[in-house]
Amino acid sequence: MHGIPRKAPTQEERDGSSIKAAKLRDLQSQLLHFHYNKIYTKEAIEISAQLLESNPEHYTGWNYRKLAVQHLLDRHQENEVDSELPQSVLDEELRLVENALKRNFKAYGAWHHRKWVLSKGHSSPDRELRLLGKLQKLDSRNFHAWNYRRFITELKKIPDEDELQYTTDMIYDNFSNYSAWHNRSMLLSKLLEKRAKGYDKTENVLSEEFEFVRNALFTDPDDQSGWFYHLWLLGQTLKREPLVISSSPPHGSNLSLSIDNPDCQPSFSKIYHQSKERTFPLILYFSEAVVGVSSSTVTVEFDYDGGDGLIWHPLSANKLGFSQAWLAYIKYPHDSLESCHVKVTVAQFPGIISSSGMPCSQSCFISFTASVCSNNQEHSKVQTTHKISWNEENFKAHSTHPEDANLLASLCKLNITKENMPTTPMLCIETISNEIACSRELLSSSNCKIGKLILARLLVAHNTLMTYGCMDSITEAHYEEILALYHDLMKMDHAHIGYYEDEYSLVVMKQLTSNTESLLKLCGNYEELSLPSISSYTCVRLKGLSLSRVSCMEHLLWVQMLDLSHNKLRSIEGLEALQLLSCLKLSKNRFSSFTALEPLKMLKSLQVLDVSYNEIGAHSIDTRRYMCSSPLNSTTGSEWQLKRFAEEDADMKHFWDAYLLFKDLNLVQLDIVGNAVVDERLKAFLVKLMSALKWFDGESCH
Amino acid sequence: MVEKHIKYIISIEKKKDDFASVVMEHLRLNGAYWGLTTLDVLGKLDAVDQDEVVSWIMQCQDQSGGFGGNIGHDPHLLYTLSAIQVLALFDKIDVLDIEKNEDGSFFGDIWGETDTRFSYIAICSLALLQRLDKINVEKAVEYIVNCKNLDGGFGCAPGAESHAGQIFCCVGALAILGSLDHVDKDLLGWWLCERQVKSGGLNGRPEKLPDVCYSWWVLSSLIMIDRVHWIDKKKLVDFILDCQDKEKGGISDRPDDAVDVFHTYFGVAGLSLLEYPGLKAIDPAYALPVDVVNKIFLTT
Repeated sequence: MHGIPRKAPTQEERDGSSIKAAKLRDLQSQLLHFHYNKIYTKEAIEISAQLLESNPEHYTGWNYRKLAVQHLLDRHQENEVDSELPQSVLDEELRLVENALKRNFKAYGAWHHRKWVLSKGHSSPDRELRLLGKLQKLDSRNFHAWNYRRFITELKKIPDEDELQYTTDMIYDNFSNYSAWHNRSMLLSKLLEKRAKGYDKTENVLSEEFEFVRNALFTDPDDQSGWFYHLWLLGQTLKREPLVISSSPPHGSNLSLSIDNPDCQPSFSKIYHQSKERTFPLILYFSEAVVGVSSSTVTVEFDYDGGDGLIWHPLSANKLGFSQAWLAYIKYPHDSLESCHVKVTVAQFPGIISSSGMPCSQSCFISFTASVCSNNQEHSKVQTTHKISWNEENFKAHSTHPEDANLLASLCKLNITKENMPTTPMLCIETISNEIACSRELLSSSNCKIGKLILARLLVAHNTLMTYGCMDSITEAHYEEILALYHDLMKMDHAHIGYYEDEYSLVVMKQLTSNTESLLKLCGNYEELSLPSISSYTCVRLKGLSLSRVSCMEHLLWVQMLDLSHNKLRSIEGLEALQLLSCLKLSKNRFSSFTALEPLKMLKSLQVLDVSYNEIGAHSIDTRRYMCSSPLNSTTGSEWQLKRFAEEDADMKHFWDAYLLFKDLNLVQLDIVGNAVVDERLKAFLVKLMSALKWFDGESCH
Repeated sequence: MVEKHIKYIISIEKKKDDFASVVMEHLRLNGAYWGLTTLDVLGKLDAVDQDEVVSWIMQCQDQSGGFGGNIGHDPHLLYTLSAIQVLALFDKIDVLDIEKNEDGSFFGDIWGETDTRFSYIAICSLALLQRLDKINVEKAVEYIVNCKNLDGGFGCAPGAESHAGQIFCCVGALAILGSLDHVDKDLLGWWLCERQVKSGGLNGRPEKLPDVCYSWWVLSSLIMIDRVHWIDKKKLVDFILDCQDKEKGGISDRPDDAVDVFHTYFGVAGLSLLEYPGLKAIDPAYALPVDVVNKIFLTT
């Protein structure tokens, strides 16, 4: 089946093949006959051996063999004629397996039979390890052999340290042995976790391992065997406790709340929020995805009675409950209220844990003031909504005003006091700096792909360690060098350009949003000049930046209007954190399905959405259908009562992905022109589905 | 080329006497699945006699409910899934029992071999039969997650090395159960995309030769976690096309090697995932045409 050259067989070969076929067919049909009739005579068993030695993949043969052995052992127990019998019977099986493995050392049936034989007792670990030694010499990548080795070491309780040494020996013998590196990673991981003797100082162990893998990388930079081990080591080095890195409302801000007050204008000096339900969203954003945020791990104190027992929700599509952004709604009173203080404490006791198992042990305090504008009945009128045109002239950049710069800075910054600032273990930074120096050395002697990729990753890691999400905290942030490295990689390894573009986008987003100056350049106010406007929006424009991914939402939690058009986006994972987002432009990107827009379902304030000129419906393969709730996997629950809908509405079934996306969004304006999926039937379905919709593809409806 | 491939598959079905067919007699049911699914993707399932195939399959069923690889062979999960998949192609499904363990793993048959391949098979089979209630889904997911490695991939058992075939099984099983959140998509995505070698083909593990069958195992995994844009799709298409036997039809593991129905299926399925024109779309998790899958899940 594999590795057989393609050529028409000669007459001689055909004849030979016919004879072999006839012989084998004969053995196989005899085996099935013996098996069906439970015949376990010496001759029958011998036939089965012949079969299995020539065709070790005939699984029924191995089943027959087990029944025959069982039969012999049971009969022996009854008669007790020859006390050596069990041993010899089992030894015969082991010999058969070895012969079968000689024919094909990857035959699952043979390996399993050997395990079965061992379970009967009378086995010797040395014999097994000797067999393994022989096979691993023939093929050091035979995963069956490695699996069996793990089976034996566990059965015979061989210590992890000894096996670790074995991998060291294998790697010294030939570093191009991914199977050995893999086993090493598992063993080392176990030793570190249980803090075995000699493995309790993690930083030292990692440092030594870096040196060990570096030899492999330097010897042949094109061999992948050490690449993934290196990445794992980097991950272990960077493992730290999660922290709160930003919030909405931001620390030190003034929040102005009302139900309906047309006179309140949003600006950077005051955050304005209105809500008919008299609630405002409080968001905590962590350095990495965490679980365990609840009213027992986070306390919120107000001057007024805001209600106890806040319910915290993770803002991500991750069904395991891990999320970087967490949301709770806080109620505010009817009566007007002057400057009331709100204090949020993220507590110290265990409860909040990251996905890598690290607990959040630093306390963090956030406080801001809130004032409530009275619900003036005379002024309340139905707020007229207008069509957002996204025209250029409606956008007013903030770049020039210094006051705005200060206010924006305060908006984005989370004031962590010196006591709360966690310290990065110095050894960690030293290790990374050392690795950076080594990879520069590698690159100077060999302009290789892995050298550039590792250096880029190390520089990103260095940035992360030095910042902890604070803005403007480091002067030299390596961004230009990192971006240049990814540019080189896109050229020298063109096949993987998609991967490098994604990594590049993440760095660009970090660069733009982590610095007040660069963020200011992207911000402004949007006001519809052609219409007598009631409200304007705080707006961020990230258009035309070749972004294929978005991230770093921690500094954008206050954004109401976002323009991500003219990029290369295929997904918007991470956007769920922008709870104040009201208008979103995603036109001229690469969204290829409605399922890719699933994160939007969490944006309760979203009213204006533009996904025009994308690729929805242009592809026969949907790459996101298993990552979202759908009728195809068992995640639908109450969202999709299949039987009911299938009967009621053929459109709902046909457009199930559009239905699941749009049914919970309260859109007022939607643009989807320029997508292959759009036809009259879909348009009619969507207009019917979204009762609040006023504008569809520029035309008014309802 | 489509006509040639169809001719090749039909001829395989007829050939039962040469050595290659005899040595693989015990997995003929898998062969039926590979051949028939390929025909469906090429739009030519009607080239076979449906009744003949179905009656042969039913003869492979054991009293336990499981299916053997051929008539008279012992039942095993490996062949049971193929039986269900072929019956799904023909829109004829039946009910059966599956052996499950406390730790969430699955035996392949009564002889107790555990392997994440069997987790995928059990989960896929039951999902197609819409009887997932027969197993403890949480435990099944837990076992699969225990097989996750530090490179983001999955092996056949806890501690086993990542291998594209096992990765497909684990990712596919998690996808069917709506549990892809357990997968670190960026980490696994990079491991998978680095399977593409200079020739454009994909290998199954680091430092191994490319092989057309990995155009399925690696590719479908990449698609399920939405990282397929991390490989060069055009180069892969060219590699698969290069593996065709342009005279006799069929596809081989590598250019100029002997063809077989196994690689013909994976080559055509891979091309379908790469949106090659003229082919029916195939579902990456169930490994059946999308219209067959939609019919099962989107209708009463």
